[in-house]
Amino acid sequence: MNARAKLLDWARTRPGESVKAAQERRLSKAWETPKGWRYWSAVNNTEVGLWYTICAFVFFLFAGVLALIMRAQLAVPDNDLVTADQYNQIFTLHGSVMMFLFGVPSFEAFSILVLPQMLGARDLPFPRLSAFGFWCFLIGGVFVCGSLFFGIAPKGGWFMYPPLTTEYQDGYGADIWLLGLSFIEIASIAAAVELIVGALKTRPPGMRINLMPLYAWYVLVVAGMILFAFPPLIAGDLLFEMQRAFDWPFFDPDRGGDPLLWQHLFWIFGHPEVYIIFLPAIALVATMIPTFAGRPLVGYSWVVLAAVGTGFISFGLWVHHMYATGLPNVSLGFFSAASVSVAIPTGVQIFCFIATMLVGRATTNVPLLYVSGAFAVFVLGGLTGVMVALVPFDLQVHDTYFIVAHLHYVLVGGVVFPILGAIHYFFPLVNGKSLSPRLGTIAFWLAFVGFNLAFWPMHISGLRGMPRRVFTYEAGMGLELLNMISTIGAFTLAAGLAVFLWDVVRPKSRQPLSPRNPWNAGTIEWAAKIPPEPWGARTIPAVSSRYPLWDQENFLDDYDHGRFYLPDAEEVKRETIITTVIDAVPIQCLRVPGPTWLTLIAAAGAGGLFVLATFKLYVLALLCGAIGFATILIWLWTGTALEPEKEEKDIGLGVTVPLYASGPASVGWWAMFITMIGDATAFAGLVFGYYFFWTVHPQFPPAGADGPGTFWPLVSLGLLALAWAATLAARGLIRREHRGGGIAALALGALSTIAGVAALAAGPWLTGMDPTVHAYEATVWVLVLWTGIHGAIGLVMQLYCIARAAAGRLTARRDIDIANVALYWHFMLATIAVTVATIAGFPLLS
Amino acid sequence: MASQTEDSIATLLGETSVLVPAGRSAERIADLSWWLFGSATLIWFVVLGLSVYAAYVRPGAHDVARVRLMIVGGGAVLPTILLGGVLAYSLWLMPQVKPPIPEGAVEIEVEGLRWWWRVRYASEEGGATEVANELALPVGRPAVLRLTSPDVIHSFWVPALAGKTDMIPGRETIIVLEPTRTGVFRGACAEYCGTSHALMNFAVLVLEPDAYEGWLARQGAPAQEPEGPLEARGAAVFREYGCGACHAIRGTQANGVVGPDLTHVGSRRTLGAGALPNTPEDYVDWIARTHEVKPDANMPPFGMLPDDDLAALAAYLDGLT
Repeated sequence: MNARAKLLDWARTRPGESVKAAQERRLSKAWETPKGWRYWSAVNNTEVGLWYTICAFVFFLFAGVLALIMRAQLAVPDNDLVTADQYNQIFTLHGSVMMFLFGVPSFEAFSILVLPQMLGARDLPFPRLSAFGFWCFLIGGVFVCGSLFFGIAPKGGWFMYPPLTTEYQDGYGADIWLLGLSFIEIASIAAAVELIVGALKTRPPGMRINLMPLYAWYVLVVAGMILFAFPPLIAGDLLFEMQRAFDWPFFDPDRGGDPLLWQHLFWIFGHPEVYIIFLPAIALVATMIPTFAGRPLVGYSWVVLAAVGTGFISFGLWVHHMYATGLPNVSLGFFSAASVSVAIPTGVQIFCFIATMLVGRATTNVPLLYVSGAFAVFVLGGLTGVMVALVPFDLQVHDTYFIVAHLHYVLVGGVVFPILGAIHYFFPLVNGKSLSPRLGTIAFWLAFVGFNLAFWPMHISGLRGMPRRVFTYEAGMGLELLNMISTIGAFTLAAGLAVFLWDVVRPKSRQPLSPRNPWNAGTIEWAAKIPPEPWGARTIPAVSSRYPLWDQENFLDDYDHGRFYLPDAEEVKRETIITTVIDAVPIQCLRVPGPTWLTLIAAAGAGGLFVLATFKLYVLALLCGAIGFATILIWLWTGTALEPEKEEKDIGLGVTVPLYASGPASVGWWAMFITMIGDATAFAGLVFGYYFFWTVHPQFPPAGADGPGTFWPLVSLGLLALAWAATLAARGLIRREHRGGGIAALALGALSTIAGVAALAAGPWLTGMDPTVHAYEATVWVLVLWTGIHGAIGLVMQLYCIARAAAGRLTARRDIDIANVALYWHFMLATIAVTVATIAGFPLLS
Repeated sequence: MASQTEDSIATLLGETSVLVPAGRSAERIADLSWWLFGSATLIWFVVLGLSVYAAYVRPGAHDVARVRLMIVGGGAVLPTILLGGVLAYSLWLMPQVKPPIPEGAVEIEVEGLRWWWRVRYASEEGGATEVANELALPVGRPAVLRLTSPDVIHSFWVPALAGKTDMIPGRETIIVLEPTRTGVFRGACAEYCGTSHALMNFAVLVLEPDAYEGWLARQGAPAQEPEGPLEARGAAVFREYGCGACHAIRGTQANGVVGPDLTHVGSRRTLGAGALPNTPEDYVDWIARTHEVKPDANMPPFGMLPDDDLAALAAYLDGLT
């Protein structure tokens, strides 16, 4: 500490304004936003995060309009404003869009926008990945929403239960849901990887993990949940689409399948999903409350533990969506207890917020109004949540309007109100202008009163026997008045949102700029100048407190004069600091890439693959996929593992760090590791399917079914283990500067990969297993397919490394490519081992 | 029948409130519900009162150590005790809410189909009496319902009697009902099952034991002969247009199994699983404009029939009491 204080003193004596101006000129040049139509090639988090956020809100408004149509239809009994078929498309899209195109992406979008600022970083570690994710999201979202205007939207509910959706709904709707949303789920996972690496590796020097802003903790928890929750759904989507497109009978009970397998996979995703949507809003509250109270949050570590605890428990509750499926009482009791227990960490978080307000000196303002409204609504939703966690009560209200009321109290109260408050709070950071307190207050009261009018009566509607997802109801059931009030409330809520929207979009050119740090907050994002600069942080601060603006003396002056780290861009390159995971010691100065069209082209190619496959145009789909794939290779070749012009760089305050890193010190290695955890989770979902069938069938594999045998699977295991060993050997050889030996080892590896995948397919192929006959054959084939695709990806990686080595870009000192590929192959080895043990080993036991 | 034309479908289908129970299971759940509503209201006011006090009334100046105590007490200890209590209560209720199969229960098979209900009462001689979209139960005696579905997932729900149980293709689920008072109670499909999910309702008649036996005997009897010439013509229309390929009318040659058994369709409270009341005009509506009444229903509309054929058919079916 003393040494740093001395260095700071020294820095303060350096010449002032002219140096500062020159530094800012170079930073501006390095981080310049492209002009004109090239604007859309930007990849910086401030642009991509903003587009992403706006897009998520447009989808929110779209789904909101759908809700108004539903409320208009249900305003009076026996209404025929829309047909049953239209209504079913509308409610399916309302739920799906709110969940997949608003709930999850709005958190990721907003985090991409503000997380780097909260951490005093200039950008996230993979800006092009963010941009790619955004374009995927936009293409997929427009595709899914657009289907409504052609009357071919999905209409199976956002939960898509088979066999209704596999066998009883013709047309493209279900395929649009499966492929369109899978595409977006992949983009969501990409953003989650980016945010986890961002929170772990781009913190400013000195910001040890226990000094991290609470928002960043929630980002870690939520992104981690996305990583474990979305893959089972992707596995489910794969099974589902294989059944729809190729008649593999995973969910067909006549051929050994089981519709409940989908429910398990869906809700293993679906319940954590609720917390994935809800926790970020709590993160916003945790960010704003200390500012309103004017003091640090009381119980920081309790809130962190509670958030982590909520994340864990949320994976043990999925069966509470399946209480009525006829499970034994013992299982119901277990899941009921788990579901009830999740209320405890939530209670701790809420009481920490109340406690902070009690201790501090609260200032009242519009964001606080929204947070208070959120409390009133959310606490009620939480209490009804405890009710529905109890099996007897849930058996009555499950799938009724009581649940519609409950989930909207949780999601609108817990999510939408905090987000509206946060928009008010953060708006000056984005735009430089403040929103109007008057309009904000009017919007709040309209929305708050409207919301309660709309949703409170639904509790009663449900208790009076109104099921969910009904396009009409008849007169005389005692539902007329309740539904009319709900509809009036929904339109009042919409009026509130319209006022809010007007406040956001109204012209503000004559309005003066907001003062800097208008709320007197303590966290780093408020150090930003108003209006904001494209470079983000003027200098990357040395942090020693959770609230540096309150606690660190002279912080803003040091910040403005660039007296911390990286105040300059000497080489006019985009740079940010990479630090260690726990202690935030600087270990690398990371050069991040600038604007490119590659991400947009790659997303368009990938989007074409999914969209065209929906309409069974497989040749064109593959063509688009090939374009996307080639673009990604060009992107990797030209934009990653760049050769720096020097080994090290002085980042200021006497610290010199390397410009190049590989292995666990590099962000690329972490991203690969985290991605593969998600990938392994999807694979676990498929393996779960195999053993799930074993539990529901008296004999599994079924009597008389020819398995894949043991010979070919074992040959495959041997060959792919050889490919793994060869890849590791290549890494060793390249690190010892044996380029030729490395290339030879990789070539051997590539050949054994091809042979190994062929041998794996040979097992079920030679015994004549037909995947359309029975769920057993289909499950074996899907495991083979999954492993085979991963073998093919592993092969591409090996060939890529051969090419990089041959081109002299993969050397002993520049070994990040082979280091990451070797990491991939560890996971590949585990995948083939589990596949062979399951398809060849398990039948020997049973 | 004049009295029927005046009744709305809602009245015909009967009571439907979770909180006005008429069955043992629903009674226990209603007790639990009132406890939950009462305590939730109390907790909501306390937490909200505290929040408003903290934010608006007397902000600031509270001691950190005491406030930490409040977090532990209000956020963790108190919720744990309350949740533990309510969980224990609900688990203790489970054997009453989802009881094991009792001795001497009425045995009924219910099949959920898009979008109607097939109900079979096993008779002592070994056969079965099939009805549709309506079932009767004797008051005070448990009934075991074996639930299946041949197409998509449905959910069997009679709010006044018990919670819901899903009907899942490839499985059999069970629900035990034990009505405690007589009356008519509405049942509905609670799991979204496609286009006309909203129009998949039924009536449960809870009857005194004698009345129940009488009902079962009437439903088990073959269809009555057409009364007058109009009805006789209707029977001929029924034959000529091949209605019997899908529908059975016991005592005639019509023995289809795809659609609902119509042997005593005229005695039912509603048509099309609660889509229409049961009057001769409603039969015409149903037969001629099936898909306007119930979108995507499996039955093809017979709007091409001449009006007097339709009227005759309606009179015949209405007479099958």
